[in-house]
Amino acid sequence: MVTRKDFEGTERPTWCPGCGNHAILNAIKMTLAEQNIAPHEIFIVTGIGCGSKLPHYMKINGFHTLHGRSLAVATGARLANHGLRVMTVHGDGDGYGEGLSHFLNTVRRNLDIVDIVQDNRIYGLTKGQYSPTSERGKRTPTSPEGSIDGPVNPLAMAITAGATFVSRGYSGELRHLVWLIGEALNHSGYALVDVLQPCVSFNRSYAYDFYNERVYKLEDEEGYDATERTVAWEKAHEWGDRIPIGILYRGDPIPTYEEQVSALGAGPLVKQPLTTLSAAQVEALRTGIM
Amino acid sequence: MVQDDLTIRIGGEAGMGLESSGAGFAKALTRGGLYVFGLPDYYSRIRGGHNFFSIRVARQPLYSHAEPVHVLLALDTETIRRHVDQIVPGGAVIYDEKDGMPEELHRPDVNFCEVPLSALAQEKGGREVMRNTLALGVTAGLIGFDPTYMERVVRDNFASKGQAVVDANLRVIEAGVQAGCPFQTDFSFKMEAVPDAPPRMILNGTEAFSLGALAGGCRFVSAYPMTPGSPVLHWFAARAADYGVVIKHAEDEIGAINMAIGAGYVGARSLVPTSGGGFALMVEALGLAGITETPVVIYNAQRPGPATGLPTRQEQADLLFTLYASQGEFPRFVLAPGTIEEAFFAGWHSLNLADRYQTPTLVLSDHYLAVASRTVEIDALGFDEVTIDRGELLTTEELDALDEPYRRFKMTQSGISPRAVPGHANAVWVSTANEHDEYGAISEDAANRAAQVDKRARKMAGADQESPKPSWYGPEEAKTTFVCWGSTYGPLREAVDRLNAEQPNRANMLHFSGLHPLHAEATEAALKRTNRSIVVEGNSTGQFETLLRSYTGFVPDAAIRRYDGRSFSPKYILGQLPQEV
Repeated sequence: MVTRKDFEGTERPTWCPGCGNHAILNAIKMTLAEQNIAPHEIFIVTGIGCGSKLPHYMKINGFHTLHGRSLAVATGARLANHGLRVMTVHGDGDGYGEGLSHFLNTVRRNLDIVDIVQDNRIYGLTKGQYSPTSERGKRTPTSPEGSIDGPVNPLAMAITAGATFVSRGYSGELRHLVWLIGEALNHSGYALVDVLQPCVSFNRSYAYDFYNERVYKLEDEEGYDATERTVAWEKAHEWGDRIPIGILYRGDPIPTYEEQVSALGAGPLVKQPLTTLSAAQVEALRTGIM
Repeated sequence: MVQDDLTIRIGGEAGMGLESSGAGFAKALTRGGLYVFGLPDYYSRIRGGHNFFSIRVARQPLYSHAEPVHVLLALDTETIRRHVDQIVPGGAVIYDEKDGMPEELHRPDVNFCEVPLSALAQEKGGREVMRNTLALGVTAGLIGFDPTYMERVVRDNFASKGQAVVDANLRVIEAGVQAGCPFQTDFSFKMEAVPDAPPRMILNGTEAFSLGALAGGCRFVSAYPMTPGSPVLHWFAARAADYGVVIKHAEDEIGAINMAIGAGYVGARSLVPTSGGGFALMVEALGLAGITETPVVIYNAQRPGPATGLPTRQEQADLLFTLYASQGEFPRFVLAPGTIEEAFFAGWHSLNLADRYQTPTLVLSDHYLAVASRTVEIDALGFDEVTIDRGELLTTEELDALDEPYRRFKMTQSGISPRAVPGHANAVWVSTANEHDEYGAISEDAANRAAQVDKRARKMAGADQESPKPSWYGPEEAKTTFVCWGSTYGPLREAVDRLNAEQPNRANMLHFSGLHPLHAEATEAALKRTNRSIVVEGNSTGQFETLLRSYTGFVPDAAIRRYDGRSFSPKYILGQLPQEV
């Protein structure tokens, strides 16, 4: 039986007191314990940013890669060893800015990856510049007159790109987040968990008070049907006095990418025997060039 | 008269199927016991323009193309316009009755043969596009090459498309052979088949490298299409299901290399084929592989840059970029195969180097090597020599027995730390693009930083022994030594032969295919043996010369450089020789 203690790392997080990343880290540990996934059975790939240091603060297989590239690295890892559970964890600047193309392309490929985005709507590690999810008019060191860029809508983008599991969590709702990540892990195919997360140092306009007053849980909302794609797409645009969290869209699973790769029919690539070519194979290859 | 070396050139617009029919004819010639060197020449466009495919055929092994044309198959008038000057006296032009022949292009010393190519192709094959096959049939008749070999290739190549397609092609070839040319019987250039020759193979550098990589256990290939690198991805894609390879056409080159790093990290032998512009996009990730000591092989088929440059042409100007790409410092290997045989070797050797040294390995190919096909002997590819050496990769049993916390970046004398892959309960760790300690944890400690830099660098102590030694060609003692690297081997080898045929011991050649690290001892010894030296390379700044000078202090006497987007040829090299040679 796996317990939360199994995931305890030896290093203490370098995050600010009150940072939403603490809750996300706890939620991941709790979820993995609840789902009975041992530290060596999961591979967490992260990008670069405050939150991407997460694997260092727990005990799991982790790969802390480059800014924006975690999904690409995770794609290769998943294709080469689909025996591993693969999770990516990265920030909004990482995933929706530098890595936006990988985000959309990973969604449409539908690899079995849980993608957790620490969405604090700001760049933290580089000290407070506006991010792809910052609202228009945001004043930051790179937008002293207010940003002119409009924000991306990751949930709507994921739905449009064909994701079958699109959700939003909030770091101030730990139990709810644990439930969400668990649902994402149990969903076959790509699953997005965009997590609203206060940055207490650089984004005071989205503090706990802001979210506490506004977030509501979709599963408590009478009549909300998360299996309706167009409804979900509309819901993804709700942002104001009320901000929905929970599963916005859960479609019927479609075949994952790795299920459809011929070479993976014989099991995970790295578990298949690695030998030089047989005499018959050499003969066949030679014949092709004779 | 039996000729021992002639070139057949088929030219027309893009989209006319020149390359595939040319390749089919080259295969037929090879099966007919002859040696072929095939070189496509094309523009970066899908329709129109002017493309041509040159098939040089001889009774002895060939290493290069040559400019003089003996038979020109003109599928449009533009082909005659562009190539008529290169036809040797007594050579022939075969052109379509439909196109006609402009009077101003006529040459009295060349035979012009008008054939109703389109009409006959339509009549016998049902499709006008088959006129290139028809023209090749005319050629076979002209040079006296037994068309049976062509018919067998048609049967093999088109079997999957059904008997009707096979029959149509056979009728078209026959019609071509019979169409004949008025001067057929006394045409000066004949190339008859050698029926009792041993079976041989014909392939280009793309195929040779891919075969080597597959034989060496490459199981993951990710790439973004870019000429002339993408044919490696095509090659693997066509064989992925049969040989258990995962291929991924990624969203961009950055995605491609990061996928390969992900696959390499968890234990698959991974390869990223690309060209220079794509490699430029991959550079940050190259550093990720370097600092996390993740094996990955990058194959760069160079083309002229910068930026888009000349997409379908030749240059060797990515050398120093490849050697130094990335910020920061980490070890790497750079191999630059020059021949089909070396390309095969680089395919599997690069995978072993990447695994054993846990560091990226780069293979520097180029357009010429990638696209030119050559007839080689049946044993030219050393399948029997291939080994799969994964180096210090911990087995499940070794990990079961591990009685201390796993240190992925453990300090060792060799600098190589025994490597695990994720999935074992005794080796659960985090790797990072940040500097890290032995366990993989981020560390900004000064002493640790220096120690990790040293550890990675230490891997290369003695690693120059892994690089192929420079190879000699030609007489042991010669007045002039040509020094070259990569695909310049072929044209230069023939230039050396021609010089020595005129006067013995005039020249020899020193060729490098292991560019980084240079095999120290062998390089020093070889450079000492040179008298007068000329470095021949395909760039404008003398990048290999710079490399040699900076690592060995060697200063050559002269240089021949080509950077007009065209491949070296024996004639070009001989035309650039300083007076004294």
